[in-house]
Amino acid sequence: MATRQQAATSDVAADMTDRAFLQQQADSPRRERGTRVRRRRVRAAWLFLAPMLVVLAAVAGWPLVRTFWFSMTDASLSSLEGGQFIGLENYLVYDNGWYGIMADPMWWQSVWNTLYFTLVSVSLEAVLGVIVALVLNAHFRGRTLVRAAMLIPWAIPTVVSAKIWAWMLNDQFGIINHMLLGLGLIDAPLSWTADASLSMWAVIIVDVWKATPFVALLVLAALQMLPSDCYEAAKVDGIHPVRVFFRVTLPLIMPALLVAIIFRALDALRVFDVIYVLTSNAASTMTMSIYARQQLVEFQDVGYGSAASTLLFMIIALITVVYLYIGRRQLGGGS
Amino acid sequence: MAGVKLERVNKRFGSTRVIDDVSMAIGDGEFVVFVGPSGCGKSTLLRLIAGLESITNGDLLIDEQRVNNLTPQERGIGMVFQSYALYPHMSVYQNIAFGLKLAKTDKQTVDERVRQTARILQLDGLLERLPKALSGGQRQRVAIGRAMAREPKILLFDEPLSNLDAALRVQTRNEIAGLHKRLGSTMIYVTHDQVEAMTLADRIVVLNAGHVEQIGTPQELYERPASRFVAGFIGSPRMNFIHVEARTGNDRGCRINVPGVGERDLPQQLPADAVGERLELGVRPEHLHLTPAAQGEGVEVVNVEYLGSEAYLYLQMADGELLVCRTEAPSRFERGERVTLDFDADKVHLFDGEGRALPVADAARRSDRHSEQAPT
Ligand SMILES: Nc1ncnc2c1ncn2[C@@H]1O[C@H](COP(=O)(O)OP(=O)(O)OP(=O)(O)O)[C@@H](O)[C@H]1O
Ligand SMILES: [Mg+2]
Repeated sequence: MATRQQAATSDVAADMTDRAFLQQQADSPRRERGTRVRRRRVRAAWLFLAPMLVVLAAVAGWPLVRTFWFSMTDASLSSLEGGQFIGLENYLVYDNGWYGIMADPMWWQSVWNTLYFTLVSVSLEAVLGVIVALVLNAHFRGRTLVRAAMLIPWAIPTVVSAKIWAWMLNDQFGIINHMLLGLGLIDAPLSWTADASLSMWAVIIVDVWKATPFVALLVLAALQMLPSDCYEAAKVDGIHPVRVFFRVTLPLIMPALLVAIIFRALDALRVFDVIYVLTSNAASTMTMSIYARQQLVEFQDVGYGSAASTLLFMIIALITVVYLYIGRRQLGGGS
Repeated sequence: MAGVKLERVNKRFGSTRVIDDVSMAIGDGEFVVFVGPSGCGKSTLLRLIAGLESITNGDLLIDEQRVNNLTPQERGIGMVFQSYALYPHMSVYQNIAFGLKLAKTDKQTVDERVRQTARILQLDGLLERLPKALSGGQRQRVAIGRAMAREPKILLFDEPLSNLDAALRVQTRNEIAGLHKRLGSTMIYVTHDQVEAMTLADRIVVLNAGHVEQIGTPQELYERPASRFVAGFIGSPRMNFIHVEARTGNDRGCRINVPGVGERDLPQQLPADAVGERLELGVRPEHLHLTPAAQGEGVEVVNVEYLGSEAYLYLQMADGELLVCRTEAPSRFERGERVTLDFDADKVHLFDGEGRALPVADAARRSDRHSEQAPT
């Protein structure tokens, strides 16, 4: 009984299995030994987990708590510790009209921009990534070379590649405009990064260019694990390759694709570098991260910026939890 | 239903020739088994017929039509793979239904076909399971069901039983035999297990290093192997081979000297100029006769294997060769005893230096002799 309480206080998840285990063992004469073994195992597990938990607490937990604290003060960049506790006023407050982040149309604009950017860029990356992976999975001469070359966009630091793209997209000297003009597709140079209707697409194009290799790599790994004999069976049965792709290949690579998508989605939801380099603080491409940085650094308002960061964190957490929940439900139902 | 004809079929992978001038004709509704040692090209030959590999040279005809350039489906072929090749994420039902490429309106027909197939293969209760929740034998039946649900003219099996345990193998073997009777479709079956080959086949094709060694009924292969290779491959325990020397020979028969046995007359034709050459005598374990010998004479029984219904005796020849003899169980002889060897002269085989079987002289006369002897 004492063991059980100990386990319950120490770890909920372990306790669930522990309890089932104990239940099983309840009438068994080996119960005594079983609990001791179990206890030793739990202790060993904690021992192994401890370093990671400590590191996580230091590098993730502490900043998070600190940010959360700042978000409830009116601290500014010049006097970090001089902030007064003001409750949730940074988030929302009524003072002859609504104030605070939640009442700032710019914030909601940046939330919408972020979601739009995430949805479009990750969808494109998923589709293109699968296509690229399928091509790289085929047998052709120089395949290894192409595989290595494909990884280059992913290997270049984002700031560098974004700067390269910024020059290529430059309205005066950019090679993209030059080529489009040369081909006669446009009559006048487009200002890709300045034009509000184009800049979001410019940013998406660059992000897709950069991140597609990542998706392709994960999917390629999954493709290479596929049972080749299934494809021969499908061939003998005369099933159309397109049908084979949607009914056999896609379901089998789905787990890998879902992992790739969640990685990409998390990256995209807190996107900063590529957008900041390409369009700086422009409203049409302002994302949550850019908004938070602007408040925090440019307006020196640490409290307000921290509140924005906290909201960003909560939105990402919410989306992740929902995604994982749906993903697990679907995977669980499928297998 | 359809016959299959191979005309001088060759297959090369790069510069290695894997199938070498293979010709054969498989009749409509026939059950043909390809056997041979590992790596002899059985799977490759089957995949050539299926259309999974392209033929380098030669013609493949189905129903008298050249099908070299047709897709597997156009050839009307179903195939059961050694690894089952079930779609891991689909239920048994879906696995069987997936290949039934019928229009959406035909859902009813698909359903009927799947359920009928499942009934034949006794998969009724398993239709909603995923492959990983099935035993090896059940998976095998699903794989067979998937291949046969489309009602192909020709069914190909590539070592379908090699992943099953011995008992299940016998059972599934019987099921496949029953299936062939019921469906009546042409079946080509690859195995390296000669018991499977003997029990299932109408005719067996023995392959060796990419060429056909012999084609014949199980009985023909067992009783009249065309070569030392076939003789050694078919039959378990293996045929005994004894080096012998030819004393005399002509087109009516020959006389050979068998070490430990003495001179014997055999009905095999031997060209006179081959006299004195080293030949090999092939004797099946059941055609060796043993009689007790005095100390220091005959050969020694070095091991006795008791199998319940019969026993195998291992005999050590003077040149170190081990012979195996099949006797009734329990055996009359024990380990360490000495025995004298003899054999039925008209049941043995003689192979020349290249491993070819020497033809038997005047088979009509020999069979006369048999019928004369029979009443006595
Ligand atoms: N794709 C290929 N490329 C090159 N050589 C191949 C290829 N496929 C098969 N071979 C060679 O062809 C020969 C015959 O192979 P095959 O698979 O037909 O043998 P098998 O008789 O089925 O053997 P097993 O009983 O082991 O299945 C082997 O020597 C093999 O190495
Ligand atoms: Mg094989």
